Amino acid sequence: MQDLLYFSQQLINGLTIGSAYALIAIGYTMVYGIIGMINFAHGEIYMIGAYTALIAITGLTALGLAWLPLILVVALLCAMLVSSSMGWAVERVAYRPVRGRHRLIPLISAIGMSIFLQNYVHLAQGSRNVGFPALIEGGFNFSADGAFEMSLSYMQITIFVTTLICMTVLSLFISRSRTGRACRAVSQDLGMASLLGIDTNRIISATFIIGAALAAVAGLLLGMYYGSIDPLFGFIAGLKAFTAAVLGGIGSIPGAMLGGLILGVAESMTSGYLSGEYKDVVSFGLLILILLFKPTGLLGKPEVEKI
Amino acid sequence: MAANNLRHALFCAVVTLIISIPILGLNLEAEGINIILTGAKTSTYIAIVLAAIAVFVFQAYRDSIMGLLGKLPNLNPLADKEPMEQSKRAKLESWILTGIIVLALFWPFVVSRGSVDLATLVLIYVMLALGLNVVVGLAGLLDLGYVAFYAVGAYTFALLSQYTGISFWMALPIGALLAGLTGMTLGFPVLRLRGDYLAIVTLGFGEIIRILLNNWTTLTGGPNGIGGIPEPTLFGMEFGRRVKEEGNTSFHETFGIAYSGEHKVIFLYLIALVLAVITALIIRRFMRMPVGRAWEALREDEIAARSLGLSRTAVKLSAFTIGAFFAGFAGTVFASKQGFISPESFVFLESAIILAIVVLGGMGSQLGVILAAIAVTILPELAREFSEYRMLIFGAAMVLMMVWRPQGLLPMRRIHITLNKQE
Repeated sequence: MQDLLYFSQQLINGLTIGSAYALIAIGYTMVYGIIGMINFAHGEIYMIGAYTALIAITGLTALGLAWLPLILVVALLCAMLVSSSMGWAVERVAYRPVRGRHRLIPLISAIGMSIFLQNYVHLAQGSRNVGFPALIEGGFNFSADGAFEMSLSYMQITIFVTTLICMTVLSLFISRSRTGRACRAVSQDLGMASLLGIDTNRIISATFIIGAALAAVAGLLLGMYYGSIDPLFGFIAGLKAFTAAVLGGIGSIPGAMLGGLILGVAESMTSGYLSGEYKDVVSFGLLILILLFKPTGLLGKPEVEKI
Repeated sequence: MAANNLRHALFCAVVTLIISIPILGLNLEAEGINIILTGAKTSTYIAIVLAAIAVFVFQAYRDSIMGLLGKLPNLNPLADKEPMEQSKRAKLESWILTGIIVLALFWPFVVSRGSVDLATLVLIYVMLALGLNVVVGLAGLLDLGYVAFYAVGAYTFALLSQYTGISFWMALPIGALLAGLTGMTLGFPVLRLRGDYLAIVTLGFGEIIRILLNNWTTLTGGPNGIGGIPEPTLFGMEFGRRVKEEGNTSFHETFGIAYSGEHKVIFLYLIALVLAVITALIIRRFMRMPVGRAWEALREDEIAARSLGLSRTAVKLSAFTIGAFFAGFAGTVFASKQGFISPESFVFLESAIILAIVVLGGMGSQLGVILAAIAVTILPELAREFSEYRMLIFGAAMVLMMVWRPQGLLPMRRIHITLNKQE
């Protein structure tokens, strides 16, 4: 019983982190699906989302607003607005001019952008980590005989529910809306889509905006969950999310969700049963293994190399 | 100016405000356990508004501004001239290189100790950048975990000296070989991956090695690092005030001169200089050997190169191994210079700096990379008040270079023969 509770605790923790990874991974997978580049600065967009959310929460609290759901919703909207503007601007400044050139050029540009954004926030907000107030406290506790308690906090439930809502809205958007249909068309064949009258530049911008908005949601959720943020925390999270996207099959949206959950669980099992310090090693190791043995991921389509 | 244009310009200006006001204009500050929000200085707000206006004006009159820029008398006086003749250019390049080396030889005897120390660091970066240049510039393999091999070199020396008391000169080849071997082992499975996947995998490897160094406390000392790494000796002569090891003599006693701490610094600098020159020469040879041509061929067109019978794995692996080898070289020198190493010296940012040097200098071009290494290391030291903006400027420079001049400041020219037109 003890072991089972401990295991379920790790599973819950893993799924919580994993669903947030999935939100970030969507941004990678959509951008890769359409223009075939790794948006290296995506982790930074997520970090900026977390910062904006914290700034909004602090500001609203200082203004005397006390109703928690309102604070959270406003903070979330602010974070989404700033992050998606940032995503749009990054694409315009750093990616559009180099689109279509040799593969390495957009990637180096993206790395430059990532360094730039990291230091932008670092210079503006300081390098120390800032505490994120735990606004949602408490939770359910289960215990067998009082020795080990399994807890499911309200924060974790919030993360699950928010992720679920975001994913549902995204799926509906992609499958039903006009823009969503255009997105799918562009990711299948950019040239053909543009021949058929789709403004591909607009769709690419839309992809960046959607990805950035979801990353901002993850920024708010994970910032609150971890309890502190700093300018560097987007980097590792971005890599993890990229791993999740690759794991699920890059370019595939359900794949990103699945990959995020698997990665989150793998990570929390490592820290639960082995050691917390090696959880990053496990996720990077996982990334390397997948790329070596199944580069298409779990749900990805095989890529045909054209000559 | 169409209304459409104006709308776009307005949109851009609003986006500029949105992305700068919350992050730049409102600062989070910790006050006890609470966080408070403080406004930034008025000048920051003015700067933000000015930036937004600038964006608006540029976007609204984009076409006419670009047209005006095109009409400006050419700022670069060399732009209209024919490119220099190949043989002339090669000669000039080797003269410049020789000049730099001669200048570098006399450098330590005229400047202060601090500058010599800095110059040693520059040389270490030169070695690293030359090594990475082989991987990224010549072979076209984006390696984002290059710093891992640097760490292997440094840690090899540190650990061997701690456990076996090995000297610098013994550790130098061992460290470099071990780093090369690591490169080969890591490279073997990953090199069949495509460009951007390779970049991510090498980044993952770099992080894994750093995490291992950080957590394998019993061997590496974890975050505390390893100290007491010996300095190099000159034919058994030590540069300290007192001889530490049995059988060695001290430099100042042998030559009968007064002890000075500067001897050691200058000696280290000279070693770094010699090693950097050796690195440059060896790589220069490699570039002209068949394997060097194969690197470039594979970078330019993998399918064509393979159909001509080049083994993809062998060619890529050789570039990867040679790059790692020189990183190990540089790592050993670094460990000896610092006397203390910890995982903090081997973070991803370091890889990014070396990559920035290669990109700025011109991928593949040795002279360009050397000059870029000097500039990138020295400029932040000269402009100390800007040093905190260093990484910000690096990032921006990397993006701008990719947009405007992806071939780098001093692009590489290949040796080639032009056929004469037949009469």
